[in-house]
Amino acid sequence: MDTPTSKAPAPPEAPQGRRTTGKAGDRVFLGLSRGSGIVLLVIMAAIAAFLAYRASLAISKDQANFLTAFAWNPQGNPPEFGIAILAYGTVVSSIIAMAVAVPVAIGIALFVSHYAPRKLAAPMAYVIDLLAAVPSIVYGLWGALVLVPYLAGLNQWLDEYLGWTYIFDKTGSGPARSLFTVGLLLAVMILPVITNVIREVFLQVPRMHEEAALALGATRWEVIRMSVLPFGRSGIISASMLGLGRALGETMAVATVLSPSFVFSGHLLDPGGGTFAQNIAAKFNEADAFGRDALIASGLVLFVITLLVNGAARLIIARRKEYSGAAA
Amino acid sequence: MSNALMNRPPVDDRPQPPSFSKRRLPRWAPAAIALVSVAAGCGAGLLAGWQSRVQWGLIAALVFVAGTYLVTTVVEGKRQAKDRIATSLVWVCFVLAIVPLASLAWTTVTRGLRVLDGYFLSHSMAGLQNDEPGGGVYHAIIGTLEQVGLATLMAVPIGLLTAVYLVEYGRGRLAKAVTFFVDVMTGIPSIVAGLFILSTWVLTFGMGFSGFAGSMALAILMMPVVVRSTEEMLKLVPDELREASLALGVPKWRTILKVVLPTAVGGIATGVMLAVARITGETAPVLLLVSGSMFINNDPFNDVQSSLPLYVFEQYAVGTPAAVDRAWAAALVLIAIVMLLNLLARGIARWKAPKAR
Repeated sequence: MDTPTSKAPAPPEAPQGRRTTGKAGDRVFLGLSRGSGIVLLVIMAAIAAFLAYRASLAISKDQANFLTAFAWNPQGNPPEFGIAILAYGTVVSSIIAMAVAVPVAIGIALFVSHYAPRKLAAPMAYVIDLLAAVPSIVYGLWGALVLVPYLAGLNQWLDEYLGWTYIFDKTGSGPARSLFTVGLLLAVMILPVITNVIREVFLQVPRMHEEAALALGATRWEVIRMSVLPFGRSGIISASMLGLGRALGETMAVATVLSPSFVFSGHLLDPGGGTFAQNIAAKFNEADAFGRDALIASGLVLFVITLLVNGAARLIIARRKEYSGAAA
Repeated sequence: MSNALMNRPPVDDRPQPPSFSKRRLPRWAPAAIALVSVAAGCGAGLLAGWQSRVQWGLIAALVFVAGTYLVTTVVEGKRQAKDRIATSLVWVCFVLAIVPLASLAWTTVTRGLRVLDGYFLSHSMAGLQNDEPGGGVYHAIIGTLEQVGLATLMAVPIGLLTAVYLVEYGRGRLAKAVTFFVDVMTGIPSIVAGLFILSTWVLTFGMGFSGFAGSMALAILMMPVVVRSTEEMLKLVPDELREASLALGVPKWRTILKVVLPTAVGGIATGVMLAVARITGETAPVLLLVSGSMFINNDPFNDVQSSLPLYVFEQYAVGTPAAVDRAWAAALVLIAIVMLLNLLARGIARWKAPKAR
């Protein structure tokens, strides 16, 4: 009762006043929101610029070839360090992780979207969501204290029967703190991430496609092969790339599991090797100012690699959006 | 004549509809094959004297897949056999994934509960040798809460405003660039964010290690997540609401503040909580910038602090039985916090979800 009467006399003058405050408010608000967008761009530029600057300080004094040297000795005289072994370890462990995680992730996504009983599917999706949120240090702890001892038997078996492949030849009797174990642990870690994305894509497959295939007498597998997988292919690729980005940059899980060394070895089961992120975490505390710059230089390489991988994933997703938009 | 006609089996008379009358395996067949293959796996394992149960399982799985394929091919045909293979492979994937994840959850809970009690939660590591039992995570919890809180204070306003810009104002090259770089930023490894703050704040500006330095790196990791989720939520707000508000003469900024954001607040809060949960578990930037400490330090702007994930890593690195126990207990606390944040996020999402009227 009170409000209408008190508001009634206002209108004649209100619009005038409102409009001016509105315009000023709009300008301020636009400025604020555009400004924070620009802040994000500035941060990205600053990351690239500062890492490149500190890296150039280190690389200019590096007596070895930064890209190909198998050593990390920035404190030495002359300082010598190179990223070859780190690049090798990062790539190999990520490849193992992808080789294990992607097929399994596709399987789980199919299970949740097409095979699981209805009652199981929703809680499953929820649990996978939760697992994606488990901190990497916990995976690291589990990997080092549970997975490593457990894999000893599997390593022995692989060495015995697949030793002739060279890569599965275990030369020493050290614990399974190897690139292979790291790859498996990374696979477990990125599995929920990849599965989540793939499941989303599989759920978007048009029902009509599947029903058409079923009506033609296709079995469930044929439905999946002919309608679900082709539809989800780009989704699978981009999900894998996102997982790859995670695996490449993973620090703590690798740092806890791997026993690092700068000796190159093609035997995946032997302890040793290193990755970019692991090397930074492991060497940081003992590094002096110059050593830190050297670590920043290796971080820059990791930054560039993940940028490329993620950029590629985004391009694939964007292309897919265009296509599906054109088709609709 | 008529007798002979009657006696002819009717089946031969007309072509059969393909799938309805085909021979099918009984429903218990997969279970039977599974039983046989488990027996084969155990038998082979016992005979050869293998230690690793993984090998038993592998043999059983192989026998199961091969057996299913053979039996189904003989009884039902090749296509059905392939279908059954696919089904069993999908189930194998499911089990394969469940085993390590269940083991992770189980180990963390059982090992963590050994030393987790009120004392553990309310004491720091001050005055304790590494191999001594006792001590606690109080200082680490304080550090984590302060660092994550500061990071949230920095990341959420910028993230929210950026999302508003992208959805409500964003046209043209700037918006495209921001969208692209937000995507790219999502993929930055946490250690690179840590190195960035290290190279600016610590190495170039000469500031010391502190909780605040760590929270800046965490904020960088959090921003793109907030932008992405807020953007999605704002896009879901129907244009009719905006148009109705604008048609009443409400300026755009008030429309955004009073109509668009309140409509999407549930989803936005969910996104923020998930982002908070994500950075709570980040170790690498904290390792580089906060440096770790045994003592309680309530001031995040001065001097080193500890944090839960870092504490787990430090205690693991010490490696004595007492320290490893502490690491597991701290990991359990960390997981509990992260899961709580996640559940809270779901709760908000469900509570604030637009109701169909």
